[in-house]
Amino acid sequence: MKKSVWIFIEQTDGKFNDVSWELLGKGRELATALDAELCGVLLGHKVIEMAEEPVYYGADKVFVIDDPLLEYYRTQPYAHGLVALVKEYKPEVFLMGATYLGRDLSGAVATHLKTGLTADCTVLNIDEETKLLHQTRPAFGGNIMATIYCASARPQMATVRPRVMSMPDRDASRKGQIIEAKLGLKETDISTRRVEFVCDPSTSFRIEDAQVIVAGGRGIGDGANFKLLKELADVLGGVVGASRAAVDAGWLDWSHQVGQTGHTVRPRLYISAGISGAIQHQVGMEGSDMIIAINKDPDASIFKIADYGIVGDALEIVPALTEAFRKMKGESG
Amino acid sequence: MHLVVCVKQVPDATEVKVDPVKGTLVRQGVPSIANPYDMHALEMALQLKDEHGAKITVLSMGPPQATDVIKRSISIGADDGRLLCDVAFAGSDTLATSYILSQAIKEIEKTDPVDIVFAGKMAIDGDTAQVGPGIATRLGYSLVTYCLGIDGIDTGRSVIKARRQLEGGCEVVEADLPVLITVVKEANEVRYASLPDLIKSIRSDVTVWNKEFFELDIPQCGLKGSPTQVKKIFPPPPKDVTPEIMNTGETGLDEIANTVAEAVSKAGIL
Ligand SMILES: Cc1cc2nc3c(=O)[nH]c(=O)nc-3n(C[C@H](O)[C@H](O)[C@H](O)COP(=O)(O)OP(=O)(O)OC[C@H]3O[C@@H](n4cnc5c(N)ncnc54)[C@H](O)[C@@H]3O)c2cc1C
Ligand SMILES: Nc1ncnc2c1ncn2[C@@H]1O[C@H](COP(=O)(O)O)[C@@H](O)[C@H]1O
Repeated sequence: MKKSVWIFIEQTDGKFNDVSWELLGKGRELATALDAELCGVLLGHKVIEMAEEPVYYGADKVFVIDDPLLEYYRTQPYAHGLVALVKEYKPEVFLMGATYLGRDLSGAVATHLKTGLTADCTVLNIDEETKLLHQTRPAFGGNIMATIYCASARPQMATVRPRVMSMPDRDASRKGQIIEAKLGLKETDISTRRVEFVCDPSTSFRIEDAQVIVAGGRGIGDGANFKLLKELADVLGGVVGASRAAVDAGWLDWSHQVGQTGHTVRPRLYISAGISGAIQHQVGMEGSDMIIAINKDPDASIFKIADYGIVGDALEIVPALTEAFRKMKGESG
Repeated sequence: MHLVVCVKQVPDATEVKVDPVKGTLVRQGVPSIANPYDMHALEMALQLKDEHGAKITVLSMGPPQATDVIKRSISIGADDGRLLCDVAFAGSDTLATSYILSQAIKEIEKTDPVDIVFAGKMAIDGDTAQVGPGIATRLGYSLVTYCLGIDGIDTGRSVIKARRQLEGGCEVVEADLPVLITVVKEANEVRYASLPDLIKSIRSDVTVWNKEFFELDIPQCGLKGSPTQVKKIFPPPPKDVTPEIMNTGETGLDEIANTVAEAVSKAGIL
């Protein structure tokens, strides 16, 4: 049997989570290094119609379990299905998103399989000599990085947060193989049931999805001043983010927080204003394509990771940027 | 009801420093605390005890000084504690840790059946959130992660109703007992100990179990029982950029703004 790298394809109510595609992108690199095939694993109810999608993002094969018991996520049936597939096909590497669902599921699956699991990896690569998966992650609030490996148990499992890996291109002309499997469980085998799901729109704002983020910190001085950042974000088609200090001050809610205890983001453009750039903030945004930092302190750590640094008062600079972008957009029509 | 709460002693992450030369963690002088999430888990158990009456056993695995977190738990209302402490447990990763903790819970269950095991959402030293699901899987318990609160217990049907924090909203679930629940910070405010209770707890005896006290397959414990190994640790690498720094004290605002706008436009971002 050819070696394989597996990616868990996360979907909720028929909507895919982009982290699955980001992992397929990384999975392709790992599969090449291992001379292995890249497989997606898709579980849910009425998902068979959606099974080609992972192929468009790079999967050679997609394993699918389509069953009414998988309509919404529950640990037991999802873990049961995955464990059976892993035991049959024996992948070398198995990656999942470090989402609410992925963290819950990966812990259960790794325990069933008695294998190693490394959470929240930021770097994954195959060691040339040993062909082992090297899994690098921050620990102790981002103060230190650790590289971890799993010598003999299989599969080598890891989770990765959304937006840590970059998004591959979608190619709808790719062809792949769809392999269906049975779940083989009854409702009475499962010991948890959903009673209801209460949507909370305040938690459905996803800063991870933004292409442009204008983030403010304590240096913005006052919650009301965030409207200056909002104006700049609006011109750029982006959203407003915040440091923990700004969230703790009550200027914005946690859904906007970027960093170790907030969200990891990877926009095309990250503009920070009045943020010092503590390591816990950096780990959440250093993957941004372009970073523009505004701070009145020329020694602020944020300048070490910025592409452009502007030393000065954010309350003057931000409106000037808004004006410049507005003018430019006007000219280009 | 019998509730078990898993509490881990962790270094206070806000105080951890890295040795700039050796690239290792400086643990010396770093205060140890009870993992904050685990205190919220304990508070959830205490609220059940207040409402329905229950016995709470606190379980911790760690070095001898981890008795501190058990005493702290007793000071706010836990009834009993067990510290799992043995050199054979040292170096355990999450798979080995969940094995040792679940074997201890099986031992505890022999004399006093358990209804609910509580754990924190995650431990702040590793941020893994794997041990809770691991224990539930090993014990064959129901699993309720990211719990915000327990809305009801039906002892007749042996089920609980609980709220979970999820992306995009809140899920209400029903789970058969016994269940393992992991708790988020938003669930509650942790109570304080009264002075007399604090003093009493300091004097209380904490039962320590080494590997002889419960059934264990030693090859599954500690470093040997851990499939993952640390290859190296190092300080976060500096980013490889040469930032272009502009100063409003030297360059006009408009010029700076235009330079930046052009750079953004050139990068094809707009
Ligand atoms: C375990 C742990 C987890 C953490 N998680 C996170 C996290 O997820 N996200 C996060 O952001 N932080 C996190 N932190 C906190 C982090 O360490 C910093 O305390 C925080 O990021 C600081 O926020 P700040 O930069 O807004 O504030 P400050 O550090 O106070 O910086 C304010 C900056 O604004 C500048 N300034 C002031 N006035 C102006 C002005 N008019 N114009 C321009 N600049 C001005 C100042 O020079 C200064 O650099 C965490 C900490 C710990 C210990
Ligand atoms: N050594 C330990 N002793 C007691 N409980 C632990 C230990 N390690 C982990 N736990 C429990 O498992 C939870 C998750 O830990 P972790 O998977 O390490 O993030 C913690 O919040 C604790 O409740």
